[in-house]
Amino acid sequence: MSSNLKFGIVVFPGSNCDHDAYHAVKHVMHQDADFLWHKETDLKGADVIILPGGFSYGDYLRTGAIARFSPIMNEVIRFARNGGTVIGICNGFQILCESGLLPGVLLRNQSLLFSCKYIRLTTANRATRFTSSIPESAVLNIPIAHGEGNYFAEPDVMKGLEDGGQVLFRYCDESGNITAESNPNGSINNIAGIMNAGGNVMGMMPHPERACERNLGSADGTMIFNSIIHSFVLQSA
Amino acid sequence: MFRSTITIVLRPSILDVQGKAVELGIHTLGLKEVLNVRIGKSVTMTIDAPTEAEAKKITDEACKKLLANPVMEDYTFTVTKI
Repeated sequence: MSSNLKFGIVVFPGSNCDHDAYHAVKHVMHQDADFLWHKETDLKGADVIILPGGFSYGDYLRTGAIARFSPIMNEVIRFARNGGTVIGICNGFQILCESGLLPGVLLRNQSLLFSCKYIRLTTANRATRFTSSIPESAVLNIPIAHGEGNYFAEPDVMKGLEDGGQVLFRYCDESGNITAESNPNGSINNIAGIMNAGGNVMGMMPHPERACERNLGSADGTMIFNSIIHSFVLQSA
Repeated sequence: MFRSTITIVLRPSILDVQGKAVELGIHTLGLKEVLNVRIGKSVTMTIDAPTEAEAKKITDEACKKLLANPVMEDYTFTVTKI
């Protein structure tokens, strides 16, 4: 593809990973990036929307509950319903669940502790626009930082997610084994990230944008951004 | 005018880890008789509506669309004239 992708990074009051996401896509992945203030109603021609991590609206009421009513979310929802690529990271994942773009909820961590550390991830479905560049059997090293990352959905919803290949990432140990000990928050089936049935909206609790440079500990997050960029290259080919 | 008092709790099928932690604290106090502690939220609001039925309808809509998330929470409310 001749031109860069344009990432639109939504900024809510209380977002605090917006600049990390901007840095990762602009300076590491060398794509175009623009911030989108939550009161705006125009996505400025973005190809990919990122709902970044943070504590939108102070996590009041429930995480992500109030952010979904920000004016920009009407446009994000419309964009997603038309097949646009949307990723929600951490608080962004919570907002996607609250807005109905992804099923389920993120409950309080079972430990009740805010958990901030590197975890390991295994990719459950590599045939998606978010994961296609991740090598088979790779174990990703990506940090988490959340107090409410305990994914939950009703059994019928879970069956749909599992059967439909909508589970993208699971917490695992260093060898890629999915164990109770490697689950940092009590998530059902060790789920760390999912996508919608349409395959264009992804939410994940770990922070790939914080793992894009070896100097900062890990560059495994670039595999996810590379997958997204690659999917557009394929589209235009 | 009406006053709505809303109680929101986690659905019974969901483990309330906060409630469990508080229960442990209560047991440490020596009150071993206390069981099944569940933590919820209480919301009060004044509703400028002509009738109680209308105030209930408005309260229910606020609960459904924002105050409670039906995937994990149940809500109940009372409406009184003020």
